[in-house]
Amino acid sequence: MFEPVIGIEVHTQLKTESKLFCSCSTRFDAAPNRNTCPVCLGLPGALPVLNKKALLFGIKTGLAFNCEIAEFSGFDRKNYFYPDLSKNYQITQDAFPIGTNGHIDVMTDGKTRRIRIKRVHLEEDAGKSVHEGGTITGAAYSLEDYNRAGVPLLEIVSEPDIRSPKEAYEYLLMLRRILLYLEVSDCKMEEGSLRCDVNISIRPEGSDEFGTQVELKNLNSFRAVERSLEYEVERQSQLVASGGEVIRETRHWDEASQVTVSMRRKERAEDYRYFPEPDLAQLNIRRSWVDEIKATLPELPAARRMRFIESYGLPEYDASLLTDTKELADYFEAVVREYGEAKTVSNWIMGELSRLMNATGIGIESVKVRPGDIAAMLKMIDKGTISGKIAKTVFEEMFAEGKSPETIVKEKGLVQITDEEELAKIVDCVIEENREVADQVREGKDKALGFLVGQVMKMTKGRANPQAVNKLLRQRLAN
Amino acid sequence: MRLNELKAHELLPLIRRHEVTVEEAVTETLDRIAALDGTIQAYITVAREHALQRAKEADARLAKGEPPRPLEGLSIAIKDNICTKGIRTTGASRYLEDFIPPYDATVIERLEDAGAIVVGKTNMDEFAMGSSTENSAMFSTRNPWNLNRVPGGSSGGSAACVIANEAVFALGSDTGGSIRQPASFCGIVGLKPSYGLVSRYGLIGYASSMDQIGPMTRDVRDCALILNVIAGNDPRDSQSYPGELPDYAGCLVPEISGLTIGVPKEFLEEGLSGPVRDAFMKALDRLEELGARVVEVSLPHVRHALAAYYVISSAEAGSNLARLDGVRYGYRAPGQEDSASMMAASRGEGLGPEVKRRIVLGTYVLSAENREKYFNEALRVRSLISRDFQEVFKTCDCLVGPTSPTVAFEAGEKTRDPLEMYLSDVYTVPPNLAGIPGISVPCGFDEEGMPVGLQIMGKQYDEATLLRIAYAFEQATDFHRRRPEVPQKTYQSESAGGERSV
Repeated sequence: MFEPVIGIEVHTQLKTESKLFCSCSTRFDAAPNRNTCPVCLGLPGALPVLNKKALLFGIKTGLAFNCEIAEFSGFDRKNYFYPDLSKNYQITQDAFPIGTNGHIDVMTDGKTRRIRIKRVHLEEDAGKSVHEGGTITGAAYSLEDYNRAGVPLLEIVSEPDIRSPKEAYEYLLMLRRILLYLEVSDCKMEEGSLRCDVNISIRPEGSDEFGTQVELKNLNSFRAVERSLEYEVERQSQLVASGGEVIRETRHWDEASQVTVSMRRKERAEDYRYFPEPDLAQLNIRRSWVDEIKATLPELPAARRMRFIESYGLPEYDASLLTDTKELADYFEAVVREYGEAKTVSNWIMGELSRLMNATGIGIESVKVRPGDIAAMLKMIDKGTISGKIAKTVFEEMFAEGKSPETIVKEKGLVQITDEEELAKIVDCVIEENREVADQVREGKDKALGFLVGQVMKMTKGRANPQAVNKLLRQRLAN
Repeated sequence: MRLNELKAHELLPLIRRHEVTVEEAVTETLDRIAALDGTIQAYITVAREHALQRAKEADARLAKGEPPRPLEGLSIAIKDNICTKGIRTTGASRYLEDFIPPYDATVIERLEDAGAIVVGKTNMDEFAMGSSTENSAMFSTRNPWNLNRVPGGSSGGSAACVIANEAVFALGSDTGGSIRQPASFCGIVGLKPSYGLVSRYGLIGYASSMDQIGPMTRDVRDCALILNVIAGNDPRDSQSYPGELPDYAGCLVPEISGLTIGVPKEFLEEGLSGPVRDAFMKALDRLEELGARVVEVSLPHVRHALAAYYVISSAEAGSNLARLDGVRYGYRAPGQEDSASMMAASRGEGLGPEVKRRIVLGTYVLSAENREKYFNEALRVRSLISRDFQEVFKTCDCLVGPTSPTVAFEAGEKTRDPLEMYLSDVYTVPPNLAGIPGISVPCGFDEEGMPVGLQIMGKQYDEATLLRIAYAFEQATDFHRRRPEVPQKTYQSESAGGERSV
């Protein structure tokens, strides 16, 4: 049997206001070339100046991925010609990346494995070419938009530690989760603010050797990464099993037919003629600054998950789901602060709230229900003001309108009927109308009792307190 | 004496006292250009209308009683690799022949804020690569002392126009000697400041780790006045020096007794011409007479400086000039089928032979198989040279040597052999590698009347001491007072040669 050896490079745009080396805006939806200046257009004489916030984000991310943060860091030029690269070199970090030797823990099918992070470094994005009238080869002409040129990117490179397509998928989820927790990137693959390149080789299980690497491109979702890897593991395994040999190449993932297609062979690595960027000073990253940043790091997903299990007594499943995004975890904790029963809160968030969010496509950040209102609703259930069943109706209304549960209950007259006299009248009425069933109850058929409870609930449109109804029926129909 | 012949510190009081209007002063310089530049060919672009407009604005300010600014009304010539908003900036390259920058270099902002007026852009070797201005894609500039000789380079136009009274002063740029060597060839003062002292923002990059802009003036006092304005931290240049700076003009006292002046013996070895050696030896005597202690020192690694310089500068240049690809601005080759061929053809047709030579060299020394052997080795040599300087500056206040091994050579003499041309920078390159300042001041003339320059090198960011020594030497000599007799056309004639439009 073969074992896949997978490494992933992720490029993620940092959400700074301005570009990495000039003060142009990083907004992606501006008219073409609106967000440009002499620096990002590469005019003669223009010089880059490092955006300190991007450096801060880089250090933050390095720390979150458990990297060593370099004391001496700096930038290099990666030289290659392409029309969307305004200077025909990219300012990147080659020799002295911000962070090295990190790791994150990734759980796949209940098993946690440590994936080492080789490096985390800053670089600038390129512009975009638009080929008019066809493909790149058939186009009548091409246009260049440099709005994206100079937008800060963070490259996060894993060691080839990933051992299955599923693990690659989980690795990417965890990586994105961390970046979102840090609030350094939007990580929107559809807008291109997160991109990944994947390298895969296979080897006989138990071997320490590395096989020939294939690079996969055009991976537009995490699922595409997983699928393309599954395909590639299969393809390479069959190839080798039948005596063939994997060649070093770049393959394109064809989403429509779910296969990888050979793009170009890589005879040898390209020569980018890296050298230290002379327009920028070397970076001396003060330890005190790194310590300061470390102290302000938010609680990261893995730690938060553990805390949810330990201090709220939640099952692992709940804790994982609730800590999937920082916003959801924050929401959960806000409710728990006002309503102590963590598991109950978890049930409601993972149950009703998630169901409604999925049904409407609304994310947690735009949910109208305030955490305090959920807590208030749960207290109303506890006090018996509304039943758990009615609460679901109330909650739907809260979700749709953003009103408080008190208002909804009052407006719709949903207060639970607990008054014994009032309930007794209704119970008697039901017994009267269902004599045969009532007799069955008297004969000890509990199923029949349920029917009568249902009838009472029906008459009261669910407002009757089920326990009270139960009690009354039993009293009335006792032998 | 005519107004255009005055030095900055002579003209300024006349303008301050309202004895002369700015328009009068600027007009005389523009007339001089019109009369003479057909012969000298120092300017690529003369900004006559721009300059007159600015002159009128300056007079209007002064008439309103506004206080005169530090360089009020001075006509300045700018090397054509320094971006000037609205005035075309070519780098003396076909590629940028029609390039009009949308922004000013920091030095231009500072000079204009101080009241100086740009009268034109001067000729140079294409993208500052050369030592004779013969690598200009436009035309060659003549040496006003002898029209058959080169003015030096790459800032040849700036040097020539200053000595020919076609500007009160000029800016040049210096990566391996491009200010000092032409200053020496033309008999003026040229300062290459410490790396980082003057902002590079808006200077078309050649070798970014060594490029510096500096003043080219008729005497040391003018040099200090200009430096006061252009030096100082600029947040747009990340390599800019953040420290406090002195008033350089205030440091000019002709008193150097007790200072120790080192003479690197490596600067007096083979290759140094007789007349230059003679003038230099006399200069040493003069410095001793002024009370300085002259000692021989050694910079053991400078013999490798030229090689290291060409490796590093070409590597950086190849990368810096990669942006000239025909896509966004500048020359675009017609008739190409796809972007890759368009880029290649635009560079092939738009760039000159010396520029291409260095791009090829730069690409070669950075390639994976050669990088360690050439580029990294050159970086090691560079740090050894820096250490050599640090070592001698423990005992010396400054170093002196000839600026260039020869006086200005004949036009065409060295264009066939690039290596021969490179040797012209053998004494000026080490300070660029080490980031220290160097100044060339006139220190004599050869038998044919060609000027010789004395190079003084100082500690990093200690331009004050450097200028003081240069000033003391200048005040004790009269080489800086001589002016060439340039055969010129009738003074009043509207020469079309000087009227190359903006």
